[in-house]
Amino acid sequence: MSKIIRVLVAKPGLDGHDRGAKVIARALRDAGMEVIYTGLRQTPEQIVAAAIQEDVDVVGMSLLSGAHNYLFPRVVELLKEQGADDILVIGGGVIPDDDIPNLKEAGIAEIFTPGTTTSEMIEFIKNNIKDN
Amino acid sequence: MLNNEELSKIKTARENWEEKVLNKTLEKSPESKEEFRSVSGATVERLYTPEDVADIDYVEEIGYPGQYPFTRGCQPTMYRGKNWTMRMYAGFATAEESNERYKYLVSQGSTGLSVAFDLPTQIGYDSDHSLAQGEVGKVGVAIDSLKDMEILFDGIPLDKVSTSMTINAPAAVLLAMYIAVGEKQGVSADKLRGTIQNDILKEYIARGTYIFPTEPSMRLITNIFEYCSKEVPKWNTISISGYHIREAGSTAAQEVGFTLADGIAYVEAAIKAGLDVDTFAPRLSFFFNSHNDLFEEVAKFRAARRLWAKIMKERFHAKSEKSMMLKFHTQTAGCTLTAQQPDNNIIRVAMQALAAVLGGTQSLHTNSRDEALALPTTDSVTIALRTQQIIASETGVTNTIDPLAGSYFVEAKTKEIEDKAMEYISKIDDLGGAARAIDFGYIQKEISDSAYKYQMEIESLDRIVVGVNKYQVKEESPKGLLRVDPIVGEMQTKKIQDVKSARNNDAVKSRLEALRTACQGTENVMPFILDAVREYATLGEICQIMRDVFGEYEQAVLL
Repeated sequence: MSKIIRVLVAKPGLDGHDRGAKVIARALRDAGMEVIYTGLRQTPEQIVAAAIQEDVDVVGMSLLSGAHNYLFPRVVELLKEQGADDILVIGGGVIPDDDIPNLKEAGIAEIFTPGTTTSEMIEFIKNNIKDN
Repeated sequence: MLNNEELSKIKTARENWEEKVLNKTLEKSPESKEEFRSVSGATVERLYTPEDVADIDYVEEIGYPGQYPFTRGCQPTMYRGKNWTMRMYAGFATAEESNERYKYLVSQGSTGLSVAFDLPTQIGYDSDHSLAQGEVGKVGVAIDSLKDMEILFDGIPLDKVSTSMTINAPAAVLLAMYIAVGEKQGVSADKLRGTIQNDILKEYIARGTYIFPTEPSMRLITNIFEYCSKEVPKWNTISISGYHIREAGSTAAQEVGFTLADGIAYVEAAIKAGLDVDTFAPRLSFFFNSHNDLFEEVAKFRAARRLWAKIMKERFHAKSEKSMMLKFHTQTAGCTLTAQQPDNNIIRVAMQALAAVLGGTQSLHTNSRDEALALPTTDSVTIALRTQQIIASETGVTNTIDPLAGSYFVEAKTKEIEDKAMEYISKIDDLGGAARAIDFGYIQKEISDSAYKYQMEIESLDRIVVGVNKYQVKEESPKGLLRVDPIVGEMQTKKIQDVKSARNNDAVKSRLEALRTACQGTENVMPFILDAVREYATLGEICQIMRDVFGEYEQAVLL
């Protein structure tokens, strides 16, 4: 039997839009994953600390403020510094297509833009978590 | 109201129709669905008739525009007298760039300004704060000191425009800056017209730009009510907002119920602070969402007006009719915009805007087609503004007041939403009021349950979103989106340094200390904030003093 997937759903930066993050957190939970939701206004440092402390397999970040080009790569960078780069990092929100190649380059495994279904995301997580 | 004889005639006719006409059709071809539901999930019947509105007393419940209970509108002549204010929410990057956008909007027929601030400004951090990294100028304009505010309104005479500012936790500071810009232009505070959002409760519920805990936040709000009633009498001191509650996923009835419950909390706080209801209540304003379900939305606006009038009269014993009028701004629903086939959003916005006008809004912002992707470009904003102008000038819907009144459907739905909203208010009263209900997470949970249900309906195709789960096409990435240059953060940091080296730092220090003392005591803090602002104390410095004294709000994290 495969182990239960643990996910940290995080809201980096100052953005207060948490509808998407909450809907996704519930959908992942309903899909049998263990979900920890950080609440609003998390610094990259706080997100990484929580990810390590909670021993998660996935960090999912939601951001609608436009600060993704700074905040998403910063989380990946800090995870690497902590030797936790086996954690799958994904992101979503109002993110222009043009930004996606650079974010992927920086180590964000996938960017989910508006209109993505929760089931697509669940499939992606199941297929891409890194075995450890 | 119809008499019993007329009603029974109608009932007999209906039964006859059902038996002889309807049932035959249903036997041959059943309806496409077992149940029809509104966007909010409320049941919608096949047909509405006089039977559905038989209990509604026209004079008592519907009445006449400009008269209690204001179901048909706040002004006696509505849009025959004057169109709604076309107020486009805008702001990005620096004060210079935003100033240019405001002047453009005014040149294109926009009749009011509406300022969007970036997140660091909304949360009381200067642009050079570590938490501001990556966020400066992104969702609105960065304002660090009076200097930025002077640039923002450069060449815009403050006695000629009305300005709405979407600012909550630090509302007192931005209002003070606006007053100070007025002083520099030679416009006294009593001539300033506009609105500050100043609605902290919905920040805790749905929008997230809170700073201070509930109690000092409510004090700041009542301080503003009191100060403005004397010094800035034409200013709307709060915009009690359902918009963000709806964006977070609530239903229409929840939007009304939770918003008016917040309104009740503000009125109670002000009365507790010793203010007379009729001194501040006429300056309370509201802000609602206009979503996709046209008739449900019209009913919602009408229900909100009627219910607030009753609350002010019966619960708070307001004497002035102005205290009972629910005047509101509307924004079309951002959450309905799709990143797919973005031009379709123009159509969505047009219908949502129509609902707001049919619902009697006082001012309106229409979203732009590209807002599911980025902040809007000038071209997109122009189409959004033109949408309002077409409704106002070409469709004829403004010719008569409250044109959907008397529709069996709309009147029945108005009553239904009013009743459901009242149930939510009673539940919140039982929990000890809106602030307590937020602490318990009751309101947030209700909203996120509705949001989850909505999303699952989209995924199961029970709810169709054109271009998203039906009628999809393969698309190229959209081109020409507005981008905020990351250099804005550095530019603002440089500006802060310049301001700090040019100002009288001793004066700033003493003003800030005076503010600290005022915060620690019970005085009205507005004059102290204004004094600090005039000396070019930064927003971050002022908010830090208040953070020191008041502490910070801790969000209850719930799923």
